[in-house]
Amino acid sequence: MSGAPAAPPARAAAPLPSIAATGWSRGLLETKTFFRERDAVVFTFAFPIVLQVVFGSIFRGAVPGTEISFAQLYTAGLIGAAVMGASFQNLGIGIAVDRDDGTLRRLAGTPLPHGAYFTGKVLNVLLVALLDVVILLALGVLMYDLKLPDELFRWATFAWVFVLGITGSALLGIAASGLPRSAKSASAVISLPFVVLQFISGVFVPFTQLPEWLITIASVFPLKWMCQGFRSVFLGDAGAALELTGSYELDRAALVLGAWVAGGLILCLTTFRWKGRRDG
Amino acid sequence: MTRTAVKVRGLAKRYGEVRAVDDMDLDIQAGEIFAILGPNGAGKSTAVEILEGYRDRDAGEVSVLGVDPRHATRRWRARVGVVPQTAGDAAELTVRETLRHFAGYYPNPADPEEVLDRVQLADRADTRIRRLSGGQRRRVDVALGVIGNPELLFLDEPTTGLDPEARRRLWRLIEDLARDGTTIVLTTHYLDEAEALAGRVAVLAGGRIVAEGAPATLGGRATAQARVTWLEDGRREHVDTGTPTTTVQRLARRFGGEVPELSVTRPSLEDVYLRLIGSGAEPTTAGSVR
Ligand SMILES: Nc1ncnc2c1ncn2[C@@H]1O[C@H](COP(=O)(O)OP(=O)(O)O)[C@@H](O)[C@H]1O
Ligand SMILES: [Mg+2]
Repeated sequence: MSGAPAAPPARAAAPLPSIAATGWSRGLLETKTFFRERDAVVFTFAFPIVLQVVFGSIFRGAVPGTEISFAQLYTAGLIGAAVMGASFQNLGIGIAVDRDDGTLRRLAGTPLPHGAYFTGKVLNVLLVALLDVVILLALGVLMYDLKLPDELFRWATFAWVFVLGITGSALLGIAASGLPRSAKSASAVISLPFVVLQFISGVFVPFTQLPEWLITIASVFPLKWMCQGFRSVFLGDAGAALELTGSYELDRAALVLGAWVAGGLILCLTTFRWKGRRDG
Repeated sequence: MTRTAVKVRGLAKRYGEVRAVDDMDLDIQAGEIFAILGPNGAGKSTAVEILEGYRDRDAGEVSVLGVDPRHATRRWRARVGVVPQTAGDAAELTVRETLRHFAGYYPNPADPEEVLDRVQLADRADTRIRRLSGGQRRRVDVALGVIGNPELLFLDEPTTGLDPEARRRLWRLIEDLARDGTTIVLTTHYLDEAEALAGRVAVLAGGRIVAEGAPATLGGRATAQARVTWLEDGRREHVDTGTPTTTVQRLARRFGGEVPELSVTRPSLEDVYLRLIGSGAEPTTAGSVR
């Protein structure tokens, strides 16, 4: 057999697509895929919104002994849960599925830079989380008398808690995606601990009703600190009295969330596998 | 002019006690269709995935388009197309969305619409991949393998599980790609597939190459002894000979014309193949067959 492949001259010269361009394109694709998968939309995206409607119908008026409305309290918790759902749960399950169904294997055979895959995931996580937050706030304001803070510094707090929280939780999710053995087991392996975490982190149940050892466990993970930070935004100074320590402990929240960003990054860099358990 | 697309020397890979690939040598020229033929578990996927830069190896030298796949760069990946053995990804995306998206990974991609035509999926272009038949899904895999205009295309068992009609369609597609100058390396456990498509075949059994060559000459088939059989005194007689024509002439003289129920046969490719992979199971005879 003769005849070398007739390589067009452009082949060698054409530049490889940039990380930015391919990352953006992956973000669009991930988002398209996300909203076409009923499981992901129901469990990750719609869950906090459904809960808000349920809570809004059950709890009305003010928290006993205070002037703080229940809507402020649970909206703060549900925003924390929504942010962690969009990042930790979404990535923990999504990447496990990508590893199992051949997505990662397919990408490994292309010139796509590794960074572009993660850029796509990050864009998807940000979009899902922001959409969730906006819907939670809009529903709260329109239907359940939620009052948005008017001081600028509260929104600044919201911003840093959101950014640190979503980054730490996303990294934790990427690391956790290596735990499920298959796509089938992924939603159980990732969702069960996440539901438990929501119960012990003050999303549904006030801290005052939790035994101390559960609080200690919750204090290790980002969700408790995110919720605490968001409560400082939506409950204001008067709400600090509801906290266990009588303070929102924003400095500690920043510390723990920051530690998750750093630790999560190290965890991902050291444990992330592109291959499934069965691949050589 | 011929160029070497793939060169392998002493390739080895083991999983615990299993020698998945054992002391493999390969030379594949640019522009040819080369088949790695062997039964399940022979080591085909292991070998091909090492060449693709997907798996690590334990020993040996490998050069694919002049690069050691262990040190694959993005530039190199853009020149190599990969069709994995199994894939269930992109289920919720349509065929067209997927092809357009993957085209964006490459410096010099093919036109997604042309590729759609080529794999005969233009009429299914806006169907979600989840809804495709097995044969259509496999053609999407091939389309994704060639969307980057590769010089070299690896196909791991491209037609396993397809019905005969879908298989033939895929064969024509592969021949079509080869005609345009793409080097094709495919694995298969179908003998007829290797025979129909490949210019050269390496038979793999138990991780070792037990025979290599054009399908017609495989395992000494062309030079193998022919068997002449006929009926004499109500009994079937036979002679194995390297010169069957002489034997037949002698018989004709003896019978004074027609020889009753005369036949001359050579071992079929299937006979040769079964003997080869049978021997591959016993490492002691593996060397002598080659
Ligand atoms: N990741 C792996 N871990 C352990 N054993 C493996 C792995 N991959 C392949 N093997 C073993 O190596 C041998 C060759 O497998 P493979 O290359 O998949 O063969 P083929 O593709 O020809 O069917 C088999 O015995 C298989 O069980
Ligand atoms: Mg295989």
